[in-house]
Amino acid sequence: MNLETLPLQLRDAIVGLFPPALQWSVHHVLSITVILTVFGLFFAFTTIAERKLLARVQNRLGPNRSGLPWFRQLKLWGLTQPFADAIKAFTKEDVVPAAADKVLHFLAPVLIVAFSLLGFAVLPFGRHLIPVELDAALLYFFAAGAATELAIFMAGWGSRNKYSLLAAMRALAQLISYELPLLLSVVPVVMVCGTLSTKEIALAQGGWTFGVLPHWHVFTPWGLAAFLIFLVATLAESNRSPFDLPEAESELIAGHLTEYSGFKYALFFMAEYFGLTALSGLGVTLFLGGWQAPCAFLEFIPSYLWFMLKLVGMIVFFIWVRGTLLRLRIDQLTRLSWKFLVPLALLNLGNGAFWALTTDWTGPLALARWAISAAIVIVPFVLLGRQLTTGQTTRTYRYAPS
Amino acid sequence: MILALIIIALVILGASAAAMLSRNLIHSALLLVVAWAGIAAFYLWAGAEFVAFAQALIYVGAVSMIVLFAVLLTRQGATAAPVEFDSWRRAVLGLMVAGGVMGVMFGAIMGSPLDGRIASPTPTITVKQLGLLLMGPYAPALLIVGVLLTVALLGAIVIAAVDKSEETP
Repeated sequence: MNLETLPLQLRDAIVGLFPPALQWSVHHVLSITVILTVFGLFFAFTTIAERKLLARVQNRLGPNRSGLPWFRQLKLWGLTQPFADAIKAFTKEDVVPAAADKVLHFLAPVLIVAFSLLGFAVLPFGRHLIPVELDAALLYFFAAGAATELAIFMAGWGSRNKYSLLAAMRALAQLISYELPLLLSVVPVVMVCGTLSTKEIALAQGGWTFGVLPHWHVFTPWGLAAFLIFLVATLAESNRSPFDLPEAESELIAGHLTEYSGFKYALFFMAEYFGLTALSGLGVTLFLGGWQAPCAFLEFIPSYLWFMLKLVGMIVFFIWVRGTLLRLRIDQLTRLSWKFLVPLALLNLGNGAFWALTTDWTGPLALARWAISAAIVIVPFVLLGRQLTTGQTTRTYRYAPS
Repeated sequence: MILALIIIALVILGASAAAMLSRNLIHSALLLVVAWAGIAAFYLWAGAEFVAFAQALIYVGAVSMIVLFAVLLTRQGATAAPVEFDSWRRAVLGLMVAGGVMGVMFGAIMGSPLDGRIASPTPTITVKQLGLLLMGPYAPALLIVGVLLTVALLGAIVIAAVDKSEETP
């Protein structure tokens, strides 16, 4: 019994039960079902983990009451909370404004969930586990994500509410601003690996220096810079704090979701978490070595478990960020993207090109390669940061007691 | 395979026809996006994976946003467009432009050697080969497009920029 190929053997066994004419369809329907189940459950437990962790950050207990239906004394630390939430969302009344564009109002949550799920198709979850192997997988990932902007517009415009529409425009401005650093941070990886296929990129990060230091992209100067830009852009793209101002539940009434209720509202949240998970999975694949184990002696653990472990690590990091940082204003948000992240990402593009051209530098030249690459990242970061913060004073709170 | 092509063609034609007939400009724009997505599906059907994803990324993702923003920023309030007959001059000009575009397209399609075989669903040319072609023999075209887009971007900034001191709160 080989743990590494166990999911494949299971799949082939199930596919083998069907007549040959149906096998192709069964194969793909099975992949889709597994992705929906695994990431549906992952979404459910991300919400409970987020609520619990945020509660701990804020010195609260978090949800701990929901138990099992017939065993009331069994509490399970409130782990069944997401299922209770799902039942609540299902049974709530679905209010549609009388003036709303009924078709678009209905289509928006459906489309946003559908498109946020498409990205999972090209993520390599393990050495042999990749739902669809595409030559242009990275391009596919971003093409699939591009349609979520349309769904947000449809939600804002279809609600026939001026606040919804204004909020949708703000959300779109944010998404478009951060699409650029997100894409630019990914390009150096493509340049160095020479491929758009996620499978090849994960494979290219195999191997260790001295058996312990993995060859992940995040451990190179250009890779670290690209990863940090990618992280910030991911936070903004998936509407997470400190960039959650399109929704801003404490200041705006949930932005473009104002006119949504019940399960449609839950669908938007689902799409947000799916998008976050897919982008985190992409980050893991591109920068954190994908399914590769961190050390050679840890390779006995199956590759898909490593992938999920790194994915959970990313999600926990995002929850931690949400509990720590304050929300930005819209002008601060766009300034950060256009004046800071985009120039740095463009410079990092040149850095990636330098790294790809100097693969034959060995010995003392390898040290020079690292030094030059690090300088290309650090010097502009410091200079640009200083230049942008001169004249900026600390924020004053006019109506809050100091 | 032919059945898939017929379905894709019907989606593209249906969406474009509905876009032209719709009185609501936003509905027209969204239906146009459906037609663009249909064209992406056609590229996928023809085995041109890279072009299909680029079409989806650029048209469904970016150009649709430009169209929608333009509609919302230029029409205040009402987004219903009048489709009644306006004037003979406009009708003749419209027909002339449409006829000219159609003539050019028709000539180009008829003049190019067509491959009658049904395309294979897997791409025969990899993205890497495409990139090498773009950077090698077709580099001048790529550079010209880049210069054109940069000029357009600078022009947009010049038109949009207003010189006045701004006070941030």
